[in-house]
Amino acid sequence: MTDTLTPVLSDNWDHDRAWTLESYERAGGYSALRKAVRRQPAEIVELVKDSGLRGRGGAGFPTGMKWGFVPQDTESPEGGKPKYLVVNADESEPGTCKDIPLMLASPHTLVEGTIISSYAIRANHAFIYVRGEVLHVVRRMQRAVEEAYLAGYLGKNILGSGYDLDVVVHVGAGAYICGEETALLDSLEGRRGQPRLRPPFPAVAGLYACPTVINNVESIASVPCIVDNGPDWFGSMGTEKSKGMTLYSLSGHVTRPGQYEAPLGITLRELLDLAGGVREGRMLKFWTPGGSSTPLLTAEHLDIPLDYEGVAEAGSMLGTKALQIFDDSTCVVRAVLRWTEFYKHESCGKCTPCREGTWWLVQVLERLERGQGSEEDLDTLLDLCDNILGRSFCALGDGATSPITSSIQYFRDEYLAHLEQGGCPFDAEAASLFATAGAMA
Amino acid sequence: MSELTQETLNELKEIAGRYPDARSGLLPMLHLVQSVQGYVTPEGIEACAEVLDITAAEVAGVATFYTMYKRRPVGDYHVGVCTNTLCAIMGGDLIFERLKEHLEVGNDETTEDGRLTLEHVECNAACDYAPVMMVNWEFMDNMTPESAVELVDRLRSGQDVRSTRGARICTWREAERVLAGYPDDRADEGPAAGPASLEGLRIARERGWRAPEPEEEAR
Ligand SMILES: Cc1cc2nc3c(=O)[nH]c(=O)nc-3n(C[C@H](O)[C@H](O)[C@H](O)COP(=O)(O)O)c2cc1C
Ligand code: FES
Repeated sequence: MTDTLTPVLSDNWDHDRAWTLESYERAGGYSALRKAVRRQPAEIVELVKDSGLRGRGGAGFPTGMKWGFVPQDTESPEGGKPKYLVVNADESEPGTCKDIPLMLASPHTLVEGTIISSYAIRANHAFIYVRGEVLHVVRRMQRAVEEAYLAGYLGKNILGSGYDLDVVVHVGAGAYICGEETALLDSLEGRRGQPRLRPPFPAVAGLYACPTVINNVESIASVPCIVDNGPDWFGSMGTEKSKGMTLYSLSGHVTRPGQYEAPLGITLRELLDLAGGVREGRMLKFWTPGGSSTPLLTAEHLDIPLDYEGVAEAGSMLGTKALQIFDDSTCVVRAVLRWTEFYKHESCGKCTPCREGTWWLVQVLERLERGQGSEEDLDTLLDLCDNILGRSFCALGDGATSPITSSIQYFRDEYLAHLEQGGCPFDAEAASLFATAGAMA
Repeated sequence: MSELTQETLNELKEIAGRYPDARSGLLPMLHLVQSVQGYVTPEGIEACAEVLDITAAEVAGVATFYTMYKRRPVGDYHVGVCTNTLCAIMGGDLIFERLKEHLEVGNDETTEDGRLTLEHVECNAACDYAPVMMVNWEFMDNMTPESAVELVDRLRSGQDVRSTRGARICTWREAERVLAGYPDDRADEGPAAGPASLEGLRIARERGWRAPEPEEEAR
């Protein structure tokens, strides 16, 4: 049995000046890189395949398999082109807040992972695409890359291996859609961030139409510990098909919100227990398992294993493991309307079902929240969702339907209560953190 | 508004030169334009177009796509209030209302003295510190309407303000320069992590929980 919490990625976050090279190396940092460059790139790909690491950016695609798609036959037209690694540090899915603290506290974990991963796919150029709205994270990443160059971990002939790598910290400019991997590529090419039609997949034709691997920050940051400790060690944590440890982010109406690093498969009940439960005197009402694009779950689902299979079986998705917790002071219709406004605002406009559909969803939801409209509006919403789901280039529109369909499934009566009362039956202030403070003032 | 000097033009070229394909530099280049001129000016658009050998319309098309690029001058301090669902419910809506009243501005407007621009922002990946505000894209965690008012008053009167998980707040233009890829050498300010980021680690330490020991031969 492994322990309930297993800090690996977060293990050095409480070290003195954890963001510096000196502190990172004192904790054993860059030993994995030394091992990696003594092996063949293909061996590293195999190692990551064997570990069972799956992408931590939302979709859970096996990381080693993705790397294996990169054409390496230098005689073939694709294999002869330069290869690129792009780290997705755009973290913008509502509720998701793990990559940012990781980069703030231990940017070198990501830099070391980036070097090993680039080596594995034989890329000589890597980009870390950081969302623009996090100034201090950008400072720490810039510094870490600079330190890595000075230490000989980046640049020419890394650690005498003959391998060359340049890393650029690239800063975005505010657009949720740029977290979607193909929109990110367009953005990194200096264009509007709009998704591309697949195939071809980025592994074959990505950045500058060259073979490109795009991975989430946490996925790449998990690579050094796998190289260091071996795939069996990694697989000794987690469940059969969801291996390893991961960062669960608890936010909202919980006593001690924060980052909890545990083996995949822990339950929300266990996590809530550690986090001191929901607010005093309140009950859990609904929660997202992995950001706002994953269908809502309720108190019925406290004991499902939070791994890819367990959450899928419950009708949702593990996503980014962003556990947003809402207690019974929260109006679900208000929450869903706000998320829907977000998707409408962030739809890039390329595909009609998403662009028009999210606009209509907001119209209908606004009406319902005001207590106007009618019960048929719920069917209209479900119809609209049906016409959005799976009909666009990317999954932004799919994500927009998740809160709506799931909330109608679990809280139909609450929508109807808005109609019966001609308005919202909840006191919005009661849901806020300073509700009690305000009442006393 | 200052003119784009030769020095800035050189820096724009330098940014483009960081990439295998120059056009990849456009986003940081626009951040640099904002750091010099306070927003994306027609002159800045022309300059980027010239450096990259693309049309001004293409540059403008990109500039208008991203929310961090502004078409009107921004104050010394860009004050963002997260009103995405979780923060909104936890109190972000109340904070935003209070600030609009207190500063007598609407969303995306600048105070009369030109000091502060108020804007509601989307989830800033800090939900475990809700309700969250951002000043010049630095974290201001666990805010209340009262602490928000105090914060903007301090900013307006030119007092030093520190981010809860970052550096001493610089001006918006200085921040934009860092985002353009010109570090200000202040990475060492502030903590490694805030309390919420360390919550799980603290519990693990307390209870002696840790990841399994690796097998010897793997090491
Ligand atoms: C609308 C949308 C937004 C996304 N935002 C992010 C993001 O901010 N960060 C991220 O890593 N992945 C994001 N993704 C997922 C990426 O498309 C991609 O699957 C991921 O970066 C792959 O990395 P992984 O295999 O390591 O998880 C987003 C997807 C969609 C559809
Ligand atoms: S919802 Fe405000 S930071 Fe995530």
